[in-house]
Amino acid sequence: MSDALNELSAHIAAHQGDAVLDAAIRNDELTITVVPSSLAKFLSFLRGDTSCQFQTLIDITAVDWPGREKRFDLVYHLLSMTQNIRIRVKAGVREKEIVPSITSVYQSADWYEREIFDMFGILFSGHPDLRRILTDYGFRGHPLRKDFPTTGYTEVRYDETTKRVVYEPVNLTQDYRSYDLMSPWEGAEYILPGDEKAPETPKG
Amino acid sequence: MDGSKFDDVLTGEQQIRNFNINFGPQHPAAHGVLRLVLELDGEIVERCDPHIGLLHRGTEKLMESRTYLQNLPYFDRLDYVAPMNQEHAWCLAIEKLTGTPVPRRGSLIRVLFCEIGRILNHLLNVTTQAMDVGALTPPLWGFEEREKLMIFCERACGARLHAAYFRPGGVHQDLTQQLCDDIWQWTEEFHHTLDDIDGLLTENRIFKQRNVDIAVVSQQECFDLGFSGVMVRGSGLAWDLRRAQPYECYDEMDFQIPVGTHGDCYDRYLCRMMEMRESVKIMRQCLEKMELVKGEPVQTKGKISPPPRAEMKTSMEALIHHFKLYTEGFHVPEGEVYAAVEAPKGEFGVYLVADGSNKPYRAKIRAPGFAHLEAMDHLCKGHQLADISAILGSLDVVFGEVDR
Repeated sequence: MSDALNELSAHIAAHQGDAVLDAAIRNDELTITVVPSSLAKFLSFLRGDTSCQFQTLIDITAVDWPGREKRFDLVYHLLSMTQNIRIRVKAGVREKEIVPSITSVYQSADWYEREIFDMFGILFSGHPDLRRILTDYGFRGHPLRKDFPTTGYTEVRYDETTKRVVYEPVNLTQDYRSYDLMSPWEGAEYILPGDEKAPETPKG
Repeated sequence: MDGSKFDDVLTGEQQIRNFNINFGPQHPAAHGVLRLVLELDGEIVERCDPHIGLLHRGTEKLMESRTYLQNLPYFDRLDYVAPMNQEHAWCLAIEKLTGTPVPRRGSLIRVLFCEIGRILNHLLNVTTQAMDVGALTPPLWGFEEREKLMIFCERACGARLHAAYFRPGGVHQDLTQQLCDDIWQWTEEFHHTLDDIDGLLTENRIFKQRNVDIAVVSQQECFDLGFSGVMVRGSGLAWDLRRAQPYECYDEMDFQIPVGTHGDCYDRYLCRMMEMRESVKIMRQCLEKMELVKGEPVQTKGKISPPPRAEMKTSMEALIHHFKLYTEGFHVPEGEVYAAVEAPKGEFGVYLVADGSNKPYRAKIRAPGFAHLEAMDHLCKGHQLADISAILGSLDVVFGEVDR
């Protein structure tokens, strides 16, 4: 499996060397990192090239890394049914950056890009119909961003007096409980309670 | 009189405009909560805009604040027609990152229940699609068999639907010999029901009129629209992840991959019927192979699985391990992985990004129904309004997984 991936990686590097920022094989999966502006060209190469033939777009998603300068990772999963091989293409995107849509390359990218716009607020230029898809009509915010609270901002209920569904700010009777449940002696980075006066141990 | 005087017929009513209607969200043929905004020219569908998300529960967001084990039951609630196949993808993703092996018996039980899930799904889909086009009897017969299969699920893990039976490193508990015997007995009898449904539908004049040449999908369209599973096999591509990229112990199973020729709704129906027969074959092979590994463990021992109950009564370490496993959970090493299974509806995948803690940093669920439903506009264009329900039925969508 990894022989085929190495070969593919070398083939891509030879033909699209200027687009590829990084190529790595981990867990038997090939990940190629590119810049967002070259995404459409790079993906149409992967789709059209005879030794790639990645004709099926499996999935597009994003990962939010709030600490990074390029906040979002756009992740494309492609599959070649003829070559029986998979590839992952990644692109780092800054928060307000507009990414070119790939709907012209893969028709099925339409809803995936709408979902990413809905969930992360990444805008795609050239998308035919960039509306929200999964959230409610008139929803505000982008739920899968790490700074969006799990409880959300509004809640809905049916109001008996006005005879209609009303939206209200979330009002929790008790705080949302979020435990990390990590062992204090392995993994957790906060200070043990009562241990504040312990001398700082040098790390490494 | 040259006819030019009759210009009164050209007023008002001659102004023909397309008619927009809402299909669903409460329509029984919408298979859940789907709202379709249809633009009709007479009875011909010009445009079809599916509005999804009415069953959106934010599964992916919720998963980010729960441990890996707590997240497992969410997968039952995605495609609630074949719950165990979804859990399988999640377990495979975790096992791939942690490098956990699955013991032989656990692996066979998984395959057994995956195939039960496939039959559960296809029975529901084939028969309800028949109901969508006007047949009432098939669902009654199909649900009778589904009931028996769900009782098998209940006997294996205690829950008929939301099983939470597959665990990272194997399955939760072993099957009793009585249950194995009963499943064997069922596999011997099931083909009668299939023959009956076959007899009702396959050569049924009305069923064929409603399905043959409806929503024909070419192989190129399969690629363009991102189809997987039965949707590509119906168009003649012998693509099955169980064969192409074998996971678990599918590589040692002997089964055929049925393919269609025309890629219409009728061929997809035939594929599903054939697949059920193949699934029964796989189930029987699993049961035969399980005979050889009787009494062996079904879950890998280690940090990732709970200690035996009896050991907890005497061993302090086992007690601590049990407590930590069900509160803190296990840690998954940093990395990203994509694990896919051939779910009954198509390729169900999980893209998991782990940051080394006890919770997934990001988990993306790739549901086959999402891509299939996206193609509704393309497939419905030019078809009659009445064909919408036939197409929707043959796409085999369940909103638990589409909306997530």
